[in-house]
Amino acid sequence: MIDAFYNGGLNLFASTWWSSIAWPVIWNLIKIVVVVLPLLGAVAYLTLWERKLLGWMQARMGPNRVGPWGLLQPIADAVKLLTKEIIQPTAAAKGLFFLGPLMAIMPALAAWAVIPFGPDVALSNVNAGLLLVMAIASIEVYGVIIAGWASNSKYPILGALRASAQMVSYEIAMGFCFLVVVMVSGSLNLTDIVMGQARGMAADHGLNFLSWNWLPLLPIFVVYLISMVAEVNRHPFDMAEGEAEIVAGHMVEYSGMGFATFFLAEYAAMWLVSILAVIMFLGGWLSPFAVLDFIPGWIWLAIKTFVVVSMFIWIRATFPRFRYDQIMRLGWKVFIPVTLIWLLVVGVWMFSPWNIWH
Amino acid sequence: MTSVVASPFSIRDFLKSFMLTELFKGMMLTGRYTFSRKVTIQYPEEKTPLSPRFRGLHALRRYESGEERCIACKLCEAICPAMAITIESAERADGTRRTTRYDIDLAKCIFCGFCEESCPTDSIVETHILEYHGEKRGDLYYTKEMLLAVGDRYEPEIAAARAADAKYR
Repeated sequence: MIDAFYNGGLNLFASTWWSSIAWPVIWNLIKIVVVVLPLLGAVAYLTLWERKLLGWMQARMGPNRVGPWGLLQPIADAVKLLTKEIIQPTAAAKGLFFLGPLMAIMPALAAWAVIPFGPDVALSNVNAGLLLVMAIASIEVYGVIIAGWASNSKYPILGALRASAQMVSYEIAMGFCFLVVVMVSGSLNLTDIVMGQARGMAADHGLNFLSWNWLPLLPIFVVYLISMVAEVNRHPFDMAEGEAEIVAGHMVEYSGMGFATFFLAEYAAMWLVSILAVIMFLGGWLSPFAVLDFIPGWIWLAIKTFVVVSMFIWIRATFPRFRYDQIMRLGWKVFIPVTLIWLLVVGVWMFSPWNIWH
Repeated sequence: MTSVVASPFSIRDFLKSFMLTELFKGMMLTGRYTFSRKVTIQYPEEKTPLSPRFRGLHALRRYESGEERCIACKLCEAICPAMAITIESAERADGTRRTTRYDIDLAKCIFCGFCEESCPTDSIVETHILEYHGEKRGDLYYTKEMLLAVGDRYEPEIAAARAADAKYR
């Protein structure tokens, strides 16, 4: 059906410029919209789900006034934020002040270009997909720094410094986690990484979920889960916001849609690192049991990602905020040695007779 | 100066923190609460019970004959810690002393209930009404007529609350 749609557009005008330049561009734009629109919807409703789940964990009900079960709450929030005045501090750097939120949300959306939603269902099936995700996700720190600098205010610069140091530190631990996964799957291509998890002894017996990377790489999986929380500056590692200490970090001077853009970026980044966790450790779109193969892959991907995203909220509801030096200690003195040692262990394992990745 | 004694390295503690056991315990607790009974009270539809001693909006009461209880003794005005009450009095045609002005500035009032306690005739009372508001400046400045109107309207409830609390006074 998709091919028919593509060919129909291709033959709309019988001229070279259309079929070689214009239509491929339009076709890619259509694909981007098809990915980004549901993503933004998911981002909006993640805010509602977060408030609901947080409420339940605190024996409350959460928002339930706007629409049935509060389902229209994100729309009300969006309308409120859109109609609010955008205040710019007099001393702010004008151009950078507007660039900050954009630099925050751009990488969180751009990295979705290589995320596979199923076999051969990706915007672009890049060979070095994982590298591209890491490279683009690293740009995210620029949004925070630019916002903190451009605000020309004390709390934002402090928050930006904290956030950038934290994001950079945990990117190293995340990078080592990626490295171990790349080692065992022998590819940087995200589709190949998922397909590599479809094979294994347990998968031969119909227990696919035991063949996924999370079990043999359990320590790496745990390290990734924790450092992904730190990477997107979520509780209990939300040093960037730290309401009690630096009010809201780099977002202090932002109002209305500028503030909302930071929020969108944060939640889009949450979805991104969650779907990465699913693709690398939880078998992407594969079904956990062979008997459940009839359910389409994208549903499995959505369920798994939703579970991982809910972990964020669960963690937020449970733990108090870390002290800054504790975060740095955890990142540099615990996670990096642990991942390095496990890198060595997996390397030795792969050359031993008990290698399970062929 | 207290010296910090470093605790000796314990492999048990190391494993305990390394396996995140305490963190998982905490997460199990919040996980259990996710499915616990919710304590939320859906406010406009559901309300918590109020004590008969609840101190809400003020009211001036009347006797059953319709005569107002207040005798302008000004005890409430004197005791009011927020100085929210203003009273002026004059002799009425029948020779009794009555108020010509009895104002309570609810924006000043701290709802301590001293006026109610000091009143020798149970005239000024605080009712159970808590859902009232003012939309412009001055709306919360209650005059004698407004207070008497509140009293007239809610007299059954006021009397019932006084009766329920009478044996403890």
